[in-house]
Amino acid sequence: MSAITPPAHGIGLPVEREPSPPRGDNYLTHSRGILSWLFSLDHKRIGIMYLVGVLTAFLIGGIFALLLRTELLTPGPTFNSNKAEAWTFYNHCFTLHGAVMVFLFVIPAIPAVLGNFVLPIMLGAKDVAFPRLNLGSFWCWIGGAIFFTYVLLGGILNASFGWHLPGGYGLDTGWTFYTPYSTGQGPHAHSTDGTIAALLGVFILGFSSILTGVNFIASIHMLRPKGMGWFRMPLMLWALYATSVIQILATPVLAITGLLLLAERVIGVGIFDPAIGGDPVLYQHFFWFYSHPAVYIMILPAMGVISEVISTHSRKHVFGYNFIAYSSIAIALLSFLVWGHHMFVSGQSPLANAIFSLLTFSVAVPSAIKVFNWVSTMYRGDIRFTTAMVCAMCFIVMFTFGGLTGLFLGALSNNIHVTGTYFIVAHFHYVMVGSVLFAFLAGLYHWWPKMFGRMTDLAWGNAGALTLLVGFNLTFMPQFIMGAKGMPRRYATYPVEFQGYHVVSTIGAYVMAIGLFTIAFNLLHALLKGEKAPANPWGANTLEWHCPSPPPHDNFPVEPVAGDPYDLKSWQWDEATKQWVLDEQRARTVAGTEPTVHHH
Amino acid sequence: MSDLVSKQQAAVTLAGDPFSPTRDPHHGHPPHLAHHFETPEQQYSSAKVGMWVFLATELLMFGGLFCAYSVYRHNHPEVFEFAHHYLDRSLGAINTIVLITSSLTMAWGVRCAQLGQRRGLVLCLVLTLIGGAGFMTIKTIEYHHKYVEHVWFGAGNRYSKHYQGPSINEGPFGGHQSESALRMTEGERQEAAADKEMMAPTTQPTESFGPAFVDPNAGTPDESKIKPTQVIPAGLSTRVRPEVGEEVRYEDLPQFEKDRVSTFFNIYFLMTGLHGIHVLVGMGLITWILVRGARGAFGPLYYTPVDLVGLYWHLVDLIWIFLFPLLYLIH
Ligand code: HEM
Ligand SMILES: [Cu+2]
Repeated sequence: MSAITPPAHGIGLPVEREPSPPRGDNYLTHSRGILSWLFSLDHKRIGIMYLVGVLTAFLIGGIFALLLRTELLTPGPTFNSNKAEAWTFYNHCFTLHGAVMVFLFVIPAIPAVLGNFVLPIMLGAKDVAFPRLNLGSFWCWIGGAIFFTYVLLGGILNASFGWHLPGGYGLDTGWTFYTPYSTGQGPHAHSTDGTIAALLGVFILGFSSILTGVNFIASIHMLRPKGMGWFRMPLMLWALYATSVIQILATPVLAITGLLLLAERVIGVGIFDPAIGGDPVLYQHFFWFYSHPAVYIMILPAMGVISEVISTHSRKHVFGYNFIAYSSIAIALLSFLVWGHHMFVSGQSPLANAIFSLLTFSVAVPSAIKVFNWVSTMYRGDIRFTTAMVCAMCFIVMFTFGGLTGLFLGALSNNIHVTGTYFIVAHFHYVMVGSVLFAFLAGLYHWWPKMFGRMTDLAWGNAGALTLLVGFNLTFMPQFIMGAKGMPRRYATYPVEFQGYHVVSTIGAYVMAIGLFTIAFNLLHALLKGEKAPANPWGANTLEWHCPSPPPHDNFPVEPVAGDPYDLKSWQWDEATKQWVLDEQRARTVAGTEPTVHHH
Repeated sequence: MSDLVSKQQAAVTLAGDPFSPTRDPHHGHPPHLAHHFETPEQQYSSAKVGMWVFLATELLMFGGLFCAYSVYRHNHPEVFEFAHHYLDRSLGAINTIVLITSSLTMAWGVRCAQLGQRRGLVLCLVLTLIGGAGFMTIKTIEYHHKYVEHVWFGAGNRYSKHYQGPSINEGPFGGHQSESALRMTEGERQEAAADKEMMAPTTQPTESFGPAFVDPNAGTPDESKIKPTQVIPAGLSTRVRPEVGEEVRYEDLPQFEKDRVSTFFNIYFLMTGLHGIHVLVGMGLITWILVRGARGAFGPLYYTPVDLVGLYWHLVDLIWIFLFPLLYLIH
């Protein structure tokens, strides 16, 4: 260590008095050159690299969403007058859109980007438990993502422009890879060469997810600082912990499912394909055993972000901490028991249907507990309409829609009416886009000053978020109605009486795009021209705000002492210096800790 | 573990940014302590936690296969009873013993590493490697038997509907009158010959799963294959259990069960194949710590890699202990 005695952080001493680190020495400027990024073991840099990757995937998925919506403007083919080609194009597009969005965006977005960035800092640690594994996980993600996108995109480009990209087979199975579409008997045989490569991609991506989960669990178990018992952890960490549990328990099942499908395709082993003695319903069981928990891999970290944002920007201690923490774990466990609600019409037994339906309802309980607690946190809070907060409020409302329609779907009699229709499409977009995307944006806005040391512009940010909200509801609200009226999903064509809904939906999609570009512009503008951010722009009390913005390479020179993460009242706004100042005495009393003397 | 050992324990160096200009990996810490850990104990326990969590993912992955096994065995018990006779119990039992012994030597090796007994460690690891190699050799012999008996996976299985039998001039089982082939009943032999008559003239396309092949049973179950009195859901069989103590014979199986026999072999190859890959990975890891151990990298202060590889090896062993009775000892 240097000759200067390193200052203690956390409750012990306030950030403001600490000698600022040598100018420019933060994790961004710590070393130079592209290689110093690509092979960095620093969790913060890895998080930022994931951010770039995940946003690229989001852009690709988004472009294809707009193509899909444009094709649906008219009941007949819109882009291409040759029907057969138009339909194939559409099938390839929705597969690419769904698969890229699910596997490359929604699943990794919050844990891999925000989780990687904030988890060690929230723990007052220098890094995750296994930094090399973390880098390995990132490279698995990149490898898998490139592989996967290449195969899917290659098929579309080859077909549309007459290119001959080698290995660009394309895929038209939908993101669910259902057999027998994916095992290639009959009319689908031609398309299944793509399955092999795409499954390999999913397999590699699965490894990335598993390794991140292992890392987070070990970090949370082993790296918590002094003063941070399990029930002193920020709720984001509970959420990431629960997410990791699902990642490590569910993803291996996806991996083996993928391997079995591969074995089926490559060496003719019949497990799922009825033509060679397999059982396609078994495939659905395997797939949903992973993929239902996977929806909670998406939503749980989102809920973690929301808990942080709502409490901070309402300037109020989070309401019902224990309930929120336990409900994360409850959701993680229950999520393994409800997969059959995706298979109500697959011919599984009525008894199984009834049980799965009942269990599905039970998942709603911990979800609702969280919503009540967030609303109670806001109640009589001193709400600041920062862009992060606006996004978080959008989340709460949109998640309520998504969750409640989930209950409609869990009701057996109703499910049989609407399964396979646009009602499903609307339901899962309300949870995956309306909720997870908004939470991701809330998290980005909340931590952007920490990540890059720059403040975002409030007006433009809020304008972008509200445009997105309007666009989103325009796009998906009509889909609930169409779905209930019987418009099936995954078709490029439809009876003309549905056209009105489709047109509104398509317009909504373009409005969403405008909102998203506004947000992108807003964030980039902050990067280049934003006001410099102080260490703690929101007056929050989790440990990452006790560390400079952007954090130095090692986060904390000395392990800090944690207090109550939601003790916001100890931070008071000082009008004279225009910054949040910590009332140490109060913080210590609240935390029940005395400052620890560090020797190093 | 003695207090001293646990106190001084350190783990794999997992950190150290190679690009950091101020890189100084040790700055006064114990040599194996990565700079993001406070103490060697913390580092050691983290490595342990990580490994246990990883082992849990391995169990879940095999869990998928065990689940497929249970479904098919539950739905087609007589097929499993019949087909498992092709597996060689004695070879399986020998392999079980080999693997358990190698687990013992592995555990012993970990102990040697903790006590800093370099030669003991090397000896134990070499013995473990020999165990692994022995297991794989025996497995290869078994696989070879399956191959020559034409109870291979996929279309290489003589019970498969897509079987492209060997030329008609060869013996009923590809010219090899192997032991289990001799064990077959007359009925099975006739059945095999009949199979061959159907398949041998290679009217089938060579690409057995190519688009040209239209399977009559694809999609919906063929009602004619199910006895009319027994109304059952798709994919399920009714049990035609023989009397207690009686062996299941191929000719007693209804046609739709005969068509399922190859499923047993597919599951057998998938399970033992994935397990075999794990054994190979384990052997690679053991070689790695053997080389390091021979150079004296491990001792009471630092033996985490040996410990972790040991855990992995025990898991691989444990999985076999489930596979053996499930596949070889069916009753
Ligand atoms: C919170 C995050 C959630 C996400 C990300 C999510 C996602 C999804 C997705 C992707 C599907 C469609 C699967 C397909 O057909 O391809 C789906 C269907 C379904 N969801 Fe959700 N869901 C969430 C929450 C809920 C909740 C809280 C419930 C119930 C309490 C629920 C109940 C259902 C049901 C019953 C279906 C099956 C509909 C059918 O295909 O027949 N979901 N969900
Ligand atoms: Cu579900």
